[in-house]
Amino acid sequence: MVDWEERQKEYWDFIAKRREKDYFSDFGPPHYSLMLPPVVKDNYGKWKYHEVVKCGVLKHVSESGDVVYSIRAVTPRLLSIQTIRDFCDIADKYCDGYIRWTTRNNVEFLVTDESKIDPLINDLKAMKPAYPVGGTHDAVTGKYALSNIVHTQGWVHCHTPAIDASGIVKAVMDELFEYFEEMKLPALCRISLACCANMCGAVHASDIAIVGIHRAPPLIDDDGVRRMCELPSTVASCPNAAIKMKPKEKTVEVDSEKCMFCGNCYTMCPGMPMFDPENDGTAIMVAGKISAARSDPALSKVVVPWIPNEPPRWPKVVDAVKKILEAWASDAKKHERIAEWVERIGWEKFFEKTGLEFTQHLINDYNRTPYIYAQLRASTNFRW
Amino acid sequence: MSETPMLDELEKGPFPSFVTEIKKAGETKEAARDLLRLLERSYKDKKTHWKHGGIVAVKGYGGGVIGRYCDLPDEFPAVAHFHTVRINQPTSKFYTTKSLRAICDIWEKRGSGITNFHGSTGDFVLLGTFTEELQPLRDDLAELDPPFDIGGSGSDLRTPSACIGPARCEWACYDTLDVCYEMTKEYQMPLHRPMWPYKFKIKCSGCPNDCVAAKARSDFAIIGTWRDDIKIDQNEVKEYAKIMDIQAEVVDLCPTGCMSWDGSTLSIDNANCVRCMHCINKMPKALAPGDDRGATVLIGAKAPMLDGSTIGWVFLPFVKLERPYDELKETLDNLWEWWDEEGKFRERVGELIWRKGVREVLKVLDIEPSPYMVSSPRNNPFMFFDKSELIHSDYIKELERRGIKLKGEE
Repeated sequence: MVDWEERQKEYWDFIAKRREKDYFSDFGPPHYSLMLPPVVKDNYGKWKYHEVVKCGVLKHVSESGDVVYSIRAVTPRLLSIQTIRDFCDIADKYCDGYIRWTTRNNVEFLVTDESKIDPLINDLKAMKPAYPVGGTHDAVTGKYALSNIVHTQGWVHCHTPAIDASGIVKAVMDELFEYFEEMKLPALCRISLACCANMCGAVHASDIAIVGIHRAPPLIDDDGVRRMCELPSTVASCPNAAIKMKPKEKTVEVDSEKCMFCGNCYTMCPGMPMFDPENDGTAIMVAGKISAARSDPALSKVVVPWIPNEPPRWPKVVDAVKKILEAWASDAKKHERIAEWVERIGWEKFFEKTGLEFTQHLINDYNRTPYIYAQLRASTNFRW
Repeated sequence: MSETPMLDELEKGPFPSFVTEIKKAGETKEAARDLLRLLERSYKDKKTHWKHGGIVAVKGYGGGVIGRYCDLPDEFPAVAHFHTVRINQPTSKFYTTKSLRAICDIWEKRGSGITNFHGSTGDFVLLGTFTEELQPLRDDLAELDPPFDIGGSGSDLRTPSACIGPARCEWACYDTLDVCYEMTKEYQMPLHRPMWPYKFKIKCSGCPNDCVAAKARSDFAIIGTWRDDIKIDQNEVKEYAKIMDIQAEVVDLCPTGCMSWDGSTLSIDNANCVRCMHCINKMPKALAPGDDRGATVLIGAKAPMLDGSTIGWVFLPFVKLERPYDELKETLDNLWEWWDEEGKFRERVGELIWRKGVREVLKVLDIEPSPYMVSSPRNNPFMFFDKSELIHSDYIKELERRGIKLKGEE
């Protein structure tokens, strides 16, 4: 059993030491034990098993016999303080003032009394906007719902995006909402979105990844380069050695034959913008996975090279994601994720079954990743 | 007529709308109203209206605050500055409503009223404020009880994050919350002061299911595992047999074929088990990870920039994770020292390992090479040999006489 008093004493001693300095800084996050509901602290490390009560509601049972129900509601990640306060009202009413978020931007309410579940869900639905519960899976029965789409900032707040993030997520989730509300997929399916190749969301090991790409080289602002950029590091930022120094003019030039539009130079140098509203757009990648279950983790692969930006509801992106999801869902065996399904049927059949077109863009010619990577073990699936 | 007809389209449909959220914040904050109008412009123009960074900071910290300026400040003055502030989340994202309400009150006073719960790395993100509000905002958060501190950004240790672990999961093979918190506390200096070649991420997952996606998203992924036998409750297996086809759904899906089921007893050849978790996921009441628990550390995961996407590869096959986690700290200290010394500007640790060779990092950190680290041995015969590995032959002596320096020679 964890000695919570000792751990909290360590924390407060640390804080006290930090307060001794002239400027109170570097004190880190609050100790987690200050944020845990009593049922969690009492049963910490003692959980025995869990069941799925219904889509969006988990039941965890402890060795002590204690039970906790978790009610999981989806959020768009971007939240107003008004909504956070509304969530707090619900947590005060039902959860003794405790609340948590998941890695995939869901909010969770933990209750010990089963009779609170439905009233709590109704209160979430009565919010504006309504906050629906769902997105869970039950491996025991082999029923899986679609969980929330993790995503980046997009046009809401980022300076390098090729696409918006929140708007595409909203449009895709609206269209696939039945799979969120009901556990009717054959296996886990994690969808993620990154609004440029920087991938601050690291979506590169997702069942379906929606990725913003540029398609035209930087439109160099020579004056900007001179004012804001260090030339050697701008040149060095290019993975394909496409940037050359023009020392006389104190600027750079880009060899369009070599540029693959990764945008790394713009990250390094504000004088290298590469936004083309008509040519930026979305690539779709599939068949990545992170869990070790049944097969090794896998990187996602590009299956749609480019779809133009069509705000506000991105119909072609939505259509492509849905097509992939439904082709897989109708053909996969129980527990078979997209990566495993493709492994069984083959890529040639993937393109046949999804109706996606195979083009030259899908054949890898980015040769920076060393060949040796394939011989390192990128998996915990080994025998002792 | 609405000022934002395109965004209004995104209030339709069953998924909760971020547009409605921005409008809610806009009930009290001009910045949120301008953000909405600016975003409508982006929707019309099909491009971002945010400019490249710009250095902003708070006293004593080099990171955690990201400068953001709009390219149309005259039209949208309330978002002329719209800086991001990353706040280190409580581990595993548990909160009291008391803390959350206090944060909301501060953010109402100091910023746009818009947040991200949470950013990809794990911090919660306060989205949009003016430069002059940054220091007061930090100071207000530091005065809370308990206090909240700024997270990482730039070339520093990014805010570590953890799965829910022993707080509410039966599969946690180590105390993910404690390891994550203790590493965060120990390394406040590199977390708040960007001084490395590039960013470095630590993530803690309690089992190979990896709910925080550490294997793909962190330079240093601590993945819970065990070394002894899977625990079996045969009575519970029999109960599951009533509701599932154990042969088809468990035994036949085992990646190594190490299980058998005769209709009443489930047997596991544990020497052949790779701990993939499928059978345990399927039968949580009947099967559980063994008792000799710890973690495997994978290194080098990152997104495609610059040498291509990776999933981390085995670096420390097994670490017993016991407080105060000295082995972990020693490894991190040594790894960072090497990377800081050898790494090029914007070179992630995994890319440095590729450039220098795995052998280099093993030698520096005094880690024993093992077959756990490879999917296969090398498929070419070009190997480095140190002078110490060579027979001191006449040939070598001749090389020495000619002043040729051999590999590994001081």
